[in-house]
Amino acid sequence: MSAVLKNLINQPYKHGFVTEIESDIAPKGLNEDTIRLISTKKNEPEWLLEFRLKAYQQWLKMTEPTWPNVKYPKIDFQAISYYAAPKQKPKLKSMDEVDPELLRTFEKLGVPMHERAVLAGVAVDVIFDSVSVATTYKHKLAEVGIIFGSFSEAVQEHPELVKKYLGTVVPVGDNYYAALNSAVFTDGSFCFIPKGVKCPMDLSTYFRINTQESGQFERTLIIAEEGASVSYLEGCTAPKFDTNQLHAAVVELIALDNADIKYSTVQNWYAGDENGIGGIYNFVTKRGLAKGINSRISWTQVETGSAITWKYPSCVLQGENSVGEFYSVAVTNNYQQADTGTKMVHIGKNTRSTIVSKGISAGHSNNSYRGLVRIAPTATGAHNYSQCDSMLIGNQCSASTFPYIQVLNNGAKVEHEASTSKIGEEQLFYFAQRGINNEEAVSMIINGFCKDVFQQLPMEFAVEATQLLGFKLEGSVG
Amino acid sequence: MIYQDSETLLEVCGLRANVNNIEILKGIDLVVRSGEVHAIMGTNGSGKSTLAKVLAGHVAYEITSGTVFFKGKNLLNLAPEDRAREGVFLGFQYPIEIPGVANNQFLRLIYNTMRIQHGKDELDPLEFDDFVREKMRLLEINPDFLDRSVNEGFSGGEKKRNEILQMALLSPKLAILDETDSGLDIDALRVVAQGINQLTNRDNATILVTHYQRLLNHIVPDYVHVMDSGRIIRTGDKELALELEAHGYDWIGTEHCAILGT
Repeated sequence: MSAVLKNLINQPYKHGFVTEIESDIAPKGLNEDTIRLISTKKNEPEWLLEFRLKAYQQWLKMTEPTWPNVKYPKIDFQAISYYAAPKQKPKLKSMDEVDPELLRTFEKLGVPMHERAVLAGVAVDVIFDSVSVATTYKHKLAEVGIIFGSFSEAVQEHPELVKKYLGTVVPVGDNYYAALNSAVFTDGSFCFIPKGVKCPMDLSTYFRINTQESGQFERTLIIAEEGASVSYLEGCTAPKFDTNQLHAAVVELIALDNADIKYSTVQNWYAGDENGIGGIYNFVTKRGLAKGINSRISWTQVETGSAITWKYPSCVLQGENSVGEFYSVAVTNNYQQADTGTKMVHIGKNTRSTIVSKGISAGHSNNSYRGLVRIAPTATGAHNYSQCDSMLIGNQCSASTFPYIQVLNNGAKVEHEASTSKIGEEQLFYFAQRGINNEEAVSMIINGFCKDVFQQLPMEFAVEATQLLGFKLEGSVG
Repeated sequence: MIYQDSETLLEVCGLRANVNNIEILKGIDLVVRSGEVHAIMGTNGSGKSTLAKVLAGHVAYEITSGTVFFKGKNLLNLAPEDRAREGVFLGFQYPIEIPGVANNQFLRLIYNTMRIQHGKDELDPLEFDDFVREKMRLLEINPDFLDRSVNEGFSGGEKKRNEILQMALLSPKLAILDETDSGLDIDALRVVAQGINQLTNRDNATILVTHYQRLLNHIVPDYVHVMDSGRIIRTGDKELALELEAHGYDWIGTEHCAILGT
């Protein structure tokens, strides 16, 4: 099934995309010329090119991190093509033309009807009368001064904002993959909520229909000015396939005084087959700067896809009384590997952070929580609470927890709780004896296990996530 | 109660079963008709709990020979969940804890699954709440059961009451209650026994697996079977249980007068 889906979704547009192919794909390999080419193609200002080149110079001096608890063959960075024109998806005329296999998957996941159409590549104007959803929302948002669009657009239309904030949370030389991303990113999302504005709706990448294919080096920048608030949704529960194996994204969030950013992710990229062949390497740097007093950054993630997940959505709590939150569910099955967690860096006085991590491993998979809580000497009155729970399904998977705690201020309070549990035969027999089959039983146990995280998700996302987990773990028990 | 016009619910014939290649059941014959209450007694390790789990379909046991028919269907061919849906209920000796799963959601799921099995509509959460609270009132069960995780942190007595509550929701045709009296103080025993008595009628049957006579002071059995080394070595009426209580299990062993079957 996966191969069918993969082909279907990644098929290049067969008609009308012939003449420019040669000129729109950069030759494989990475050097300064490649970076200049990307910058020229995207018509970027000089400062951005310099930003990229500086990142590249740093990257050259760095080595790939080896500390994560994951294994994979060495990546040949010279074998990757770093620029290609956005891929076109085949536009189908109606839902009848969509592969029934794909529709069944959507059905199982409970993806809303209109979303299924878009995901399957049916022309949007067939579904929605004349005005696309994307345009409608964009106008609504513009009325209150919110800027929301692709990163490339923002560079052209609001260069001063991009220049002011880009790289201020994740510096170009932050880590190996962040440096790589800073050198070669092609597109992503940009979101700016001006002073005092509460964003009237959840912003979703899904509404940016025109820029869905933002490529393997995605760059996202979200800024909430004083008193602003926004809830941002990344990804969706429908399976996402890509021929690029390496994905190295960078997400930066900045919250000024009294601002509030909530960032939710559901990640369901191709995880490889049941023997561990193929699948995406998802090496992501996500960090939020709670810069202002009373500001708040909240990460919620449901990680179910990718062959390897390496990500630590973090909060730098600089403003006094600022709050950082991390709620995570990471599911691994078959041969998937995940090394994920968070960093909470307390700098300001009376800063508070909460970490709730739920790891579920099944099959032969390997699931690690890695987290850092750092209380700086300045962070008097800081308080962290961490809870890391692991659940094992079957006898061949593993779960690890690597908590790092550095407390440099005596007036701080740090709490850490951890647990490991296993879905056992006797639990499943108990359900069965009451008429409930294994699949339903596992789904109920898992959802019970994850509910502290799911309740942080926006409503319809939570429903989809629940179904997604059942789908991912199907057949792993009993 | 024994009725003349009762139907045969359960028919076990020559049942043998192993666990880890060790034979635990060595030829069980048992017939249970609607309306009847059977008590299966015996020492620890006599195989009575194994019989209960084998009838419910626990995967750890391998059936080596014999047949089990339930309402005329070959029970051994059915998955555990299908046996349950046909109306076989096992009240567990040690009900397992399921952390994180809210008891009220669990109870609603099992109840609605049973309704669907009988071609009825599901109850929505509000309707179910009214329904289950009424059942709990009758069984003298604390309403806070609903808000806790399934069996998690329950005392021994609370777990047994939760079993009886599930039995009340599912109205099984055949309830097999494995050591339901163990770990109960006198008050809890009375409440649980009352609950079981409320639920027995002429259309269903109950098998009480127990070590002691004391439960049988509250629930009067029509038949008492004594198990030893994987066999039923004696069957009688409630008087047999009293004699056992007076003389102990050794007394049966010296009598050499096993009556097989019913």
